[in-house]
Amino acid sequence: MMDEGTELSFTIAQIVQRFKGTHLHSQLERQAKECLHRPDIKLESLKDDVRKFLKVSGWERKLQNAVCRELHIRPPPGHPAAPPEHTKEPLAYMRKAQASWEKRILKSLNSMCAELGVPLAHKRPLPEQRELSNKWNEMGTDEPDLSKFRPVYAPKDFLEVLISLRNPNLDYSEEVSSQSHWGLIQVPLHIRDIPKMRETCPELTLTTGQLGIDDHPHIPSDLFESEHVRLGKRVLSEQDSAAAQQYSRQGCPTGQRAELWALILNSTNEPEDIMHYEQLKAGVLQHDLLVDNLIYKDVKLTANNDDYYFVFEDFLYQVLLCFSRDTTVLEHFNYNSATPPKSYIQGKEEGDEYAVIYPPNGVIPFHGFSMYVAPLCFLYNEPSRLYGVFREMYMRYFFRLHSISSHPSGIVSLCLQFERLLQNHLPQLFYHLREIGAQPLSIAFKWMVRAFSGYLSTDQLLLLWDRILGYDSLEIVAVLAAAVFAFRAENLMEVTSLASAEAVLADLSTLKVMPLIQIFVFATVI
Amino acid sequence: MAGKVKWVTDIEKSVLINNFEKRGWLQVTESEEWNFYWMSIQTIRNVFSVDTGYRLTDEQMVNHFPNHYELTRKDLMIKNIKRYRKELEKEGSPLAEKDENGKYIFLDFVPVTFMLPADYNLFVEEFRKSPSSTWIMKPCGKAQGKGIFLINKLSQIKKWSRDSRTSTFMAASSGKEAYVISLYIDNPLLIGGKKFDLRLYVLVTTYRPLKCYMYKLGFCRFCTVKYTPSTSELDNMFVHLTNVAIQRHGDDYNHVHGGKWTVSNLRLYLESTRGKEVTSRLFDQIHWIMVQSLKAVAPVMNNDKHCFECYGYDIIIDDKLKPWLIEVNASPSLTSSTANDRILKYNLINDTLNIVTPNAEIPDCRWNRSPPKEALGNYQVLYDEEQALSESADRDRDLRSRSGQSLGSKGSRSSSVRPTPATWK
Repeated sequence: MMDEGTELSFTIAQIVQRFKGTHLHSQLERQAKECLHRPDIKLESLKDDVRKFLKVSGWERKLQNAVCRELHIRPPPGHPAAPPEHTKEPLAYMRKAQASWEKRILKSLNSMCAELGVPLAHKRPLPEQRELSNKWNEMGTDEPDLSKFRPVYAPKDFLEVLISLRNPNLDYSEEVSSQSHWGLIQVPLHIRDIPKMRETCPELTLTTGQLGIDDHPHIPSDLFESEHVRLGKRVLSEQDSAAAQQYSRQGCPTGQRAELWALILNSTNEPEDIMHYEQLKAGVLQHDLLVDNLIYKDVKLTANNDDYYFVFEDFLYQVLLCFSRDTTVLEHFNYNSATPPKSYIQGKEEGDEYAVIYPPNGVIPFHGFSMYVAPLCFLYNEPSRLYGVFREMYMRYFFRLHSISSHPSGIVSLCLQFERLLQNHLPQLFYHLREIGAQPLSIAFKWMVRAFSGYLSTDQLLLLWDRILGYDSLEIVAVLAAAVFAFRAENLMEVTSLASAEAVLADLSTLKVMPLIQIFVFATVI
Repeated sequence: MAGKVKWVTDIEKSVLINNFEKRGWLQVTESEEWNFYWMSIQTIRNVFSVDTGYRLTDEQMVNHFPNHYELTRKDLMIKNIKRYRKELEKEGSPLAEKDENGKYIFLDFVPVTFMLPADYNLFVEEFRKSPSSTWIMKPCGKAQGKGIFLINKLSQIKKWSRDSRTSTFMAASSGKEAYVISLYIDNPLLIGGKKFDLRLYVLVTTYRPLKCYMYKLGFCRFCTVKYTPSTSELDNMFVHLTNVAIQRHGDDYNHVHGGKWTVSNLRLYLESTRGKEVTSRLFDQIHWIMVQSLKAVAPVMNNDKHCFECYGYDIIIDDKLKPWLIEVNASPSLTSSTANDRILKYNLINDTLNIVTPNAEIPDCRWNRSPPKEALGNYQVLYDEEQALSESADRDRDLRSRSGQSLGSKGSRSSSVRPTPATWK
């Protein structure tokens, strides 16, 4: 362990290193140079004057927001001597499990490739490029034959892998006591219980105003709302990421959410962002990838049949096809337990020099992937802006929902947290469901893998995601999953089969998430 | 209350029958004594016709007004709205104020429309003002998108020109069907790149005084084919028409959602992307349109006390978030295209019956038409003329007592002009 001072200076040095050569860096430099011509910059107090200028002109804030973003995605500080794979995932058995899962996915992708005789990628002939360019805004009207393609994997397959995870250092034979875990996840990880959640989320107490709770016992809701809207305007005018994040813990007003989220994520829509998006689009037009078919198929199978999201079919293609080609996404593998899959140029299967990352962003879409984008379509109607926000959401949160890691927001921890919450606070229910062969996680897993997208009504989903951003954590997803079981406990106690338990929990679109979460965290007797 | 309600319907839809049965009502045939008849618009014509009609008793109720077509036939609706504006103008009403281009500020809510062949010359004059515009031709008497087509050249509607040798009444006699031609809204609001229209339901229990209710659960109907305003696609009807009856024939029709999106989705989307204020203004304007269209026909409507009516309003929103009234249907479809649709329509009928047959008892057409708030279900009061009058009387009294205070600028869309208190708020 390092002492605090060393750790801080180490962090600063790392961030400074990362900023060198970025666009922001050169912009700041230019601004500083240009301001020298201003009359209020004096030679005697040059340093202070330039600093003051950068502050007043808003550039300091931009730098702050960029630092803020770095701190978000930075892995927790490890020992400087630790090997790099430790920053991806400190536990060896997790790394191993992730690696063998990746191997499986890649094998499945490659065999589909071989079976169908479709190359992983090919350059489109010019007429085809033109045609695609013309129908860029209406790709949904195309009805390609996708019957041969199947999703590389579905959440169910992934759950099986998580269930089989074991910690080799733990003697499982000893642990058959009343303390034993009834759930499916059998690895010991540090997760937050209710008292810890209360400490982490003090803003969710029963006495604090919340957007998403109409009948508040202490605060008239319209009064809170108008005050909160006013505060939101101030946060936006200050353009401060950290303030926006704190604000989001009590929920974002519908009319301000789009801007607030972009601010929290430090996702801008400057000319260079738009240009980046256009370049990705050009990449889509030039090359046809096998994964495109998986994306088409997924949109057709999920969002396109969804009452809320079918309207946005074309936006989903415009975002997801570009995403698959965006190599800036690779950056997140620095702190993701996963490693980007590699394929080999045809005929040169041997030798790493011919290996290329495939797909270029390193992310193989699975069944339901498009649901990470779909809710964002309610907020942004420009594809480039929608794209930027989605990419940042993915690189901060969503990737954790389908990689095996010990991170508190990782899917393994969420599953374990869900099961623990249920076992500790609703033991009778858990026991009953387990006895009838309806393991709670086998029902809740699909909700958590999608962060509830496609299961809640959109307004409720956005209120939930407000808190993900606000607390910079996915744990609230596990809490909600447990709260849903608690809310329907009475009905669940009466069911006698997995199918009927699933039926009780089939429709979540009428749930109001904030009251559920609040009551579960702050009104449960502990 | 003595006896069960005896009901008849000539529309065999489960959403109706289930609702009647749920109330324990008795099904009878048309030739027996009945209390409640949910009928098609063909049947209502016979009920009130001079030759075949019969006197309804105090204990009988029907779901149409005798001359509902004053509102629900495209040509008559336009005629009534035009007349209503002129009358307001004559009275010097602030509602009839016009802007510098001679357009009504508050009453310009239907696309420019003409009757053909009757108004052919007027139409030509208007067409020449903006020859690049697209117009939509609709037969006056048909529904569900039948017989509709788009034109952008005069030659395409030559058939409807009125030459000197034929009479004005030719339309009826020569088989040349009467049409209305309306300026096509060529800048519709697109969501996800797709065009849509709104279907909203309004219940009227009496026209004089006007009492109407707005159903909260309307929906947007999306085109399954992408919208491009180029004329080459004029022929592809699917792009332009959002009627489910038509969309269903498109290849892309989805049986899960049927291309329908709830109004609450629309509101969430608009508030998120455009802000709360403009969204609220849009919905206020939609309510305003409904009330004004009903006021426009109220004087000519036969306000028979045995009647109520549930209308389907079709509205298109343009990209400046201005709503346009396209048409009003007297018998909105009760066919359910999806599971959600079925629930919506079942509830619509349920809530309608709760208002017009209080406590599911045998109707008494002399009822006070003031249902308690709890009985409204998903309906909300859109306009209650009695209440509005008494409130404005109160306001006048207030004003007199606080002399010197103005009512706010005249002609602005403030509450002084728009009847807010007794309405949808």
